Amino acid sequence: MRDRSFAPSRILIYLVVSLFAAAYLAPLIVVLLNSLRTNEEIAQGSMIGWPQHLAWSNYLMAWSGFCVAETCAGIRPYMLNSALITIPATIFSTLLGAVAGYAVSLWRFRGDNWIYGIVTLGLFLPQQMRLLPWTIVLRDIGLINTLTGLVLIHTIQGLSFTVLFCRNYYIAIPHELIRAARIDGAGFFRIFWRIILPISSPILIVTVIWQFTHIWNEFLYGVTFTTGQQQPVTAALIALSAAIADIPQHGVQSAAVIIAALPTLLIYLLGGRYFVRGLTAGAVK
Amino acid sequence: MTNAVSTAARPATSEMVRRLPEYLMIWVPLLLSAAHLISFSIWTIWISFTPSTLIPVSGWVGFHNYASVLSSRNWQIAFDNLLLFGIAFVLLSLITGLVLAILLDQRIRGENVLRTIFLYPLAVSFVVTGTVWSWLLNPGIGIEKLAHDLGWASFHFDWLVNRDMAIWTIVIAAVWQSSGFAMALFLAGLRSVDGDIIRAAQIDGAGPIRTYWRVILPTLWPITITVVVIQLQFAISAFDLVRALTNGGPGIATQLPALVVYDLMFQRSQLGRGAAAAVLMLLILLAVLLPYAAWRYVQRRQATHA
Repeated sequence: MRDRSFAPSRILIYLVVSLFAAAYLAPLIVVLLNSLRTNEEIAQGSMIGWPQHLAWSNYLMAWSGFCVAETCAGIRPYMLNSALITIPATIFSTLLGAVAGYAVSLWRFRGDNWIYGIVTLGLFLPQQMRLLPWTIVLRDIGLINTLTGLVLIHTIQGLSFTVLFCRNYYIAIPHELIRAARIDGAGFFRIFWRIILPISSPILIVTVIWQFTHIWNEFLYGVTFTTGQQQPVTAALIALSAAIADIPQHGVQSAAVIIAALPTLLIYLLGGRYFVRGLTAGAVK
Repeated sequence: MTNAVSTAARPATSEMVRRLPEYLMIWVPLLLSAAHLISFSIWTIWISFTPSTLIPVSGWVGFHNYASVLSSRNWQIAFDNLLLFGIAFVLLSLITGLVLAILLDQRIRGENVLRTIFLYPLAVSFVVTGTVWSWLLNPGIGIEKLAHDLGWASFHFDWLVNRDMAIWTIVIAAVWQSSGFAMALFLAGLRSVDGDIIRAAQIDGAGPIRTYWRVILPTLWPITITVVVIQLQFAISAFDLVRALTNGGPGIATQLPALVVYDLMFQRSQLGRGAAAAVLMLLILLAVLLPYAAWRYVQRRQATHA
């Protein structure tokens, strides 16, 4: 058993671990502090400093005040866009992934291994290989520069992850369970609804957290397929920093960064265990 | 069982109709996913051989687009940067991840809190990470300015705006963001090492360092390979982080392949060349993934034979 006493080596371990923790927390703390400092205060010193008086107005300004191009509605419309993209795309890709994962693992049909193999290739194919075809497809079906277009993309591309997660989970369910239900006359959906879904919550939580985080944080498609008022918050943050490059407003910008990162940070704090499981499930297949 | 007889007697088409929703639910999503992956890849490869500029056009220019991408300064710098960034980032995040995992493996207090701290950057978008690090590393407002304000006038840290060093700022931000991932996998590996082997080593008189070096760490190498491959995959397609941190600058000093693709496709309206650059990215990725897939295949065969 490893040593539990407070020998000098233990103190050294705690010291090193604390230094690492400080380094990992520092950027977050710096942004949090800056989101409460006035622009003048930051301009006089540096980005690293303690707020002299709390400038809560930065958050109001970031949420609904600052201007990008001609519109001055703050980050709010872009947060709404991100929510309107992320929530439906997460739900659709998870549900479809659960049904498909159940089908390829327990129901078995001709060519199931092949099609599963092709779908998981999507984990590796770079986004850049799909950029041009998506642009053309979205334009042809009239969904370019719409939130619906991004929901469609994230739903279809998300299947590579969700089918993988669900399939790996369902493959461990004893086949006898399914066989017995089939002998009793239960069909595909009845078995899914009555047997599979009730035992699926662990993997569905992992899948939802993973998909939500991925889609919320996505930038390349958002910036390529949408412009102006249709953009998700990641693209709006970049547009914001370009827009205020001449007259820096780091206090407001910090508040915007915090707001934009809040949904995924909260999900991570609430479901970190499942987030890590998603990471490792994606890594070790 | 009389029921079964009557169903069997029914025409096959009505059975098909009855099961139509089921087929739709299974096949439509799977086929959409598989079909888009294959057709989009072929589509991009095809465009890379056409003279497309502003819009895709048919035609055949052979490897002309590839030749012009490969001979462009933009791509050459991007490729050199990718080599440097890929190797430095993977090595540093592996080392950091391993050190953190070993430290957390010492049964220390507050392990859960520490793990949460080391992993939270992964939940945040690269856009946010890049933006924050661009502030910290900016000599005008970041760490250098702080040191000057505190009276250390000779302190110098201008990598962000220094052509030769700017790529290292991307390494720093990427390691900060992703080393927690390596830590999580290494920690899982350390925890799964058989306790009997460790005890046997200790009975033989091995100290903690020797035990780690000789007994525990050698079991981690399959995990190490997986981490390397996944981190390399991230490095090859890195876009958001660079876009937010340096936007490829100063000049084109931090250009990476993913930025070249975007630039050619959407800023210079050179679709054919952009597609060629995307295919080149895929080839670089395959150079990493194919050996890995072969290794996994051999591992699995050995596992089933054992």
